[in-house]
Amino acid sequence: MAKLVNKPSKMTVGEQAYVPAIVAGVGLSMRKFFKNTFSKRENGDIATVSYPEEKRIYPERFRGVHRLTHRTDGSPRCVACLCCSTACPAQCIHIEPAEYTADDPRSGYERFPKVFVIDELRCIFCGFCVEACPCDAIRMDTGLHMPPSTDRDHFLYDKDILMSIPGQDGSYQSANPRHEPGDASHPGLSRNKGH
Amino acid sequence: MDLLFAISTPIKVLFVIGLILQAVPIMLWAERRQSAKMQDRVGPTRADLPLPPFLLQFRPLLKTGALLVGVGAFITGLGMVIDQLASQDGRFRVEVGVLVMVVGLVHLGVWRIFDLLIPENGKITLFGLLHSVADAMKLIWKEDFVPPNADKLMHSAAPFISVVPALITMAVVPFSDIFYPALWLSHVPASGVVDAGVQGTALQVASLNVGILYIFGVAGTGIVGAALAGYSSDNKFSLLGGIRAASQMVSYEVTLGLSIVGCFMVYGSLLLEDMVHWQQAHVWGIFIQPLAFFLYFAASTAESKRIPFDIPEGESEIVAGYFTEYAGMKFAMFMMGEYAEVILSSVLIITLFLGGYNLPFLDRGGFTFGFGDTVWWSAPLQHWAVTVIQVVTFLAKLLGILFLQFTIRWSLPRFRYDQLMKLCWQFLLPLSLLNIFVTGIIILLISGN
Repeated sequence: MAKLVNKPSKMTVGEQAYVPAIVAGVGLSMRKFFKNTFSKRENGDIATVSYPEEKRIYPERFRGVHRLTHRTDGSPRCVACLCCSTACPAQCIHIEPAEYTADDPRSGYERFPKVFVIDELRCIFCGFCVEACPCDAIRMDTGLHMPPSTDRDHFLYDKDILMSIPGQDGSYQSANPRHEPGDASHPGLSRNKGH
Repeated sequence: MDLLFAISTPIKVLFVIGLILQAVPIMLWAERRQSAKMQDRVGPTRADLPLPPFLLQFRPLLKTGALLVGVGAFITGLGMVIDQLASQDGRFRVEVGVLVMVVGLVHLGVWRIFDLLIPENGKITLFGLLHSVADAMKLIWKEDFVPPNADKLMHSAAPFISVVPALITMAVVPFSDIFYPALWLSHVPASGVVDAGVQGTALQVASLNVGILYIFGVAGTGIVGAALAGYSSDNKFSLLGGIRAASQMVSYEVTLGLSIVGCFMVYGSLLLEDMVHWQQAHVWGIFIQPLAFFLYFAASTAESKRIPFDIPEGESEIVAGYFTEYAGMKFAMFMMGEYAEVILSSVLIITLFLGGYNLPFLDRGGFTFGFGDTVWWSAPLQHWAVTVIQVVTFLAKLLGILFLQFTIRWSLPRFRYDQLMKLCWQFLLPLSLLNIFVTGIIILLISGN
């Protein structure tokens, strides 16, 4: 069945004369022009962001370039559990775990990443690694884009680079305190001891 | 041919041609910038000229200099004006003082927007004006392409035929009243009558006795350029565009001519300078021929093939109309012709309806505020100052009309083709004929009494 389209009603004389409509339209354009030209930028309606010079403020939970959080002694919080690289759908995280030496209090309790590389070109910025991390060791709260480069190797971010990027608040650590072995708050070096 | 003619004519030709050639890129910029502001964008800001670092270190010096010169010149000029007003020795010489004040104000303005003119990173953008320069450079270096089966001669001739009439029609437009170089420092009486021996020249390239008919005659050949471009391009879109352009421009040429016949009847002359003199002596044309003003405005917008009458270009239907097959500077010449036509139509609107170079209360001798024989306050000015004010007034009116034209372009949607023709033949043309009849009847009634 054909769809009936409502015909526009007969135009009034004023509408047929065009002139009032033209005057109204031109007036609207002029109002916009003067508002956007002579008022301050924030009072005008201009939506353009001239990108490199001015940047739009991202939402607080914007997922930017990764960083590895520090412990209070400056070593990475990461315990090389491989949760992030397992969760990663793009398989862009490469971790080589290593054991602490025998005299280290963390020895036998946790490991550390000898190599931690993220291929930022392969990363899809889904944030699964951050969700998977049990230690709050990897975060995407830097608020940064990757700086552009002509070399693909520049996008392989290793441990040193990842640890050199602070979060949006400027801190290299995480807001969650870490309980090191020996701290009073530490639950104990083995599951049998302590709690 | 006397000496004054020989010297002044090249200067006037240079002034008119320079005005158009400089106005075209500035209009391009203004239109882009203005349309951006209307549509909540920032417009062209990217093309920049980086200042070399060794010049950039003088930036604070320049800024301070602009402020010092501005304040100094303004105060000096103010002092001169007050001094001259107070002395009352009959030699009324405020003009130089006012000029110095204007120089100061310009410098203060530069100081005020200095960070926009020369920003701290040294990238001069001039509010996006450099985009026009970049455009021109790009267009010059583009390949000059002619379609293989096109008529090479006609295809190359069309841009010239389209741009030259728009340039040469400005020759008969007066930019100022008659200027007497010998009297430039003296006072000319308000009537403008000087000794018989003094030679004068108006800022008008040629005073042809056919006057405005010359403009219509020459501007009419612009149609040939558009039609020829469409016809010789070997492209259906171009052909359609050329046909549309020809029919539209021929149709609106009729209304264009008839709409101002009423003005001729009132002014009693075809010479543009006589029309301006009449308006100076009586009242601006827009107040006695308001209908003709609207008709002429609409018809001249259609004549320059711009929105809402841009059917010959109609990019949503026929790519770019008659200049689809043009690239590089040939395309730029069509653009230049279009903008020169806009300038021409604005100039004619000013001359016919807005008093030309007239400023209210300004006569040949200076400012005289008052009505009829009662004079409230008068400020006689030297001859050169009067002429400068007239030219500036004309250019200011031109800017205003151009602003209005641009605003209309970015506000209105395009007509359909049948609407376009209906508007011309069934609406504008009868109204212009009616205008002629009514004007004639009123003139007969007035002169009969």
